[in-house]
Amino acid sequence: MAFEEYKNLWVFVETEENVAKPVGFELMNPGRRLADKLGCKLVAAVVGGSVQDVAKTAIQYGADEAIVVEGDEYYQYSTDAYGKAMSTIINKYKPSAMLIGATNNGRDLGPRLACELNTGLTADCTGLDVEDETGNMIWTRPAFGGNLMAMILCPDNRPQLGTVRPGVFKKPALDETREGAITVEDVHVAPEEIRVKIVERVEEIAELVDLQGADIIVSGGRGVGGPEAFAAGGEVYELAQLLGATIGASRAAVDAGWIAHAHQVGQTGKTVGPKLYVALGISGAIQHLAGISGADYVVAVNKDTDAPIFSRANVGIVGDVHKVVPELIAAIKKQRG
Amino acid sequence: MRILVCVKQVPDTTEIKIDPVKHTLIREGVPAIVNTFDAYALEVAARIKDATPDTTITLLCMGPEQAKAALTECLAVGGDTAYLVTDRKFGGSDTLATSYILATAIKKIEETEGKFDIIFAGKQAIDGDTGQVGPEIACHLGYPQITYASEANVVDGKLQCKRESDKGYDILEVAMPAVITVVKTDFEPRYPTLKSKMAAKKKPIGIITFADVESIIDAARIGLSGSPTKVKKTFTPVREINCVKIEEEDPAVAAQKALDQLNADKVL
Repeated sequence: MAFEEYKNLWVFVETEENVAKPVGFELMNPGRRLADKLGCKLVAAVVGGSVQDVAKTAIQYGADEAIVVEGDEYYQYSTDAYGKAMSTIINKYKPSAMLIGATNNGRDLGPRLACELNTGLTADCTGLDVEDETGNMIWTRPAFGGNLMAMILCPDNRPQLGTVRPGVFKKPALDETREGAITVEDVHVAPEEIRVKIVERVEEIAELVDLQGADIIVSGGRGVGGPEAFAAGGEVYELAQLLGATIGASRAAVDAGWIAHAHQVGQTGKTVGPKLYVALGISGAIQHLAGISGADYVVAVNKDTDAPIFSRANVGIVGDVHKVVPELIAAIKKQRG
Repeated sequence: MRILVCVKQVPDTTEIKIDPVKHTLIREGVPAIVNTFDAYALEVAARIKDATPDTTITLLCMGPEQAKAALTECLAVGGDTAYLVTDRKFGGSDTLATSYILATAIKKIEETEGKFDIIFAGKQAIDGDTGQVGPEIACHLGYPQITYASEANVVDGKLQCKRESDKGYDILEVAMPAVITVVKTDFEPRYPTLKSKMAAKKKPIGIITFADVESIIDAARIGLSGSPTKVKKTFTPVREINCVKIEEEDPAVAAQKALDQLNADKVL
């Protein structure tokens, strides 16, 4: 493998029905920093139905240029079509490394590409850096349910691939004046090459919970006592309403059947990065803490003064959720007049 | 129908504790279990077996000798035959090397027993959490894949899977053979009975070592040296935040103090 042929840092910008998933733009943030450190270009690789606007936006978020593969066969995700599109352009342009958002589709595509290209892939990264002496990517990721962090290298194969958790990095500021070249690559996939067909697509709008895009999240755990806390009149619901927050939950609350899985925050749920995270009656299992590693500010209410959640909280109230939260709501309302 | 289910024996990560002084994993006393998502995958396979006569389920596991316990457990809840892939030469493999070894072992089993129609695996193992081995096995074998399936049924000779999407779910269809990875399902895996446990203990477990696949495997692509990814170092996450902890008898006073702090930090 001729290493010097491989240059530039790519971000795969995933689209679904011509709309970009937020994580692709979030990755322009670490992507820009790493590309500057490496002294290389940051390139957005965009695949979709008709996605040149997405490519333009990716440049405004910090990419230097974009490579686009578009066509009807990419309007919805399939492993075969996206795999062929991406392996074709990777083999042509030879990026040194590529960041992929760790959505279900990103985690479907990543290993397929890694195997196809015979290279290393690091899953679900929460930290990204470059080794000073070698210029190799350092991929940092949680393992053992978040109990252990591992730094992974892919020193002898190119491109270096990693999937990165949504919500860990914040979208950079959009610069509408920023411009860059958009190259459209003509790669097409015949219908018979796509071996998995979508028979039916069911939308469950009621269940759409955007934890990863939320600025404020109010979450409830075992300590909120029951499902009523998440319903109108309940502590979690009312505080979330007042703050304009999205409702989250710990695994304990979801497993108890108090609230749907779509609300679950943590290693097996969603990784979130809100400006404010309020944990009500959540003890703070390491899996939960791994899920809120991107939160800017954490407020916790818990009866147990030794609860691990306080180790991650900026402000902690030791007390009963049922007593403290109504007072907190009253105090905020009073302050707002 | 011939089904293969990939199974991994893992430490129960919910039982792992951190040594508060040394910041290292305390592994002693942590029970070894069948990876949770593999158990769901086996249940999905067992349901196909329930619905389709003449279906057999073969189990495949890579790991040390002790991992036989996981296979025996699975033999009691739907598995018919089992293979353990074990050799020092396989140790230290990353996901690409592991999937290559497993794909090679599958080819080896198929030489004598015939082709598999479906290969199931859990969406990821709860210790490594990568979710990469399933799709990489599919790629090594040249098979299509459906990841993150919560149901799988055979309909008119094809496989239909329910897969979670951002907005709800998709029903996907694929011709067999195919690789399917499985998430937590709406149904719980079946329990073994006393009888099925006894029967499972009597079923032999086939062993596949490096020597068994030597003629069809590239030794440069396995083990630590054959793995493209390397672990630079590991560490336990240390979170150093100075929590302003408020302990007041009166919840109203506590709430006001917390709000004052939020105001001072300009959070609200």
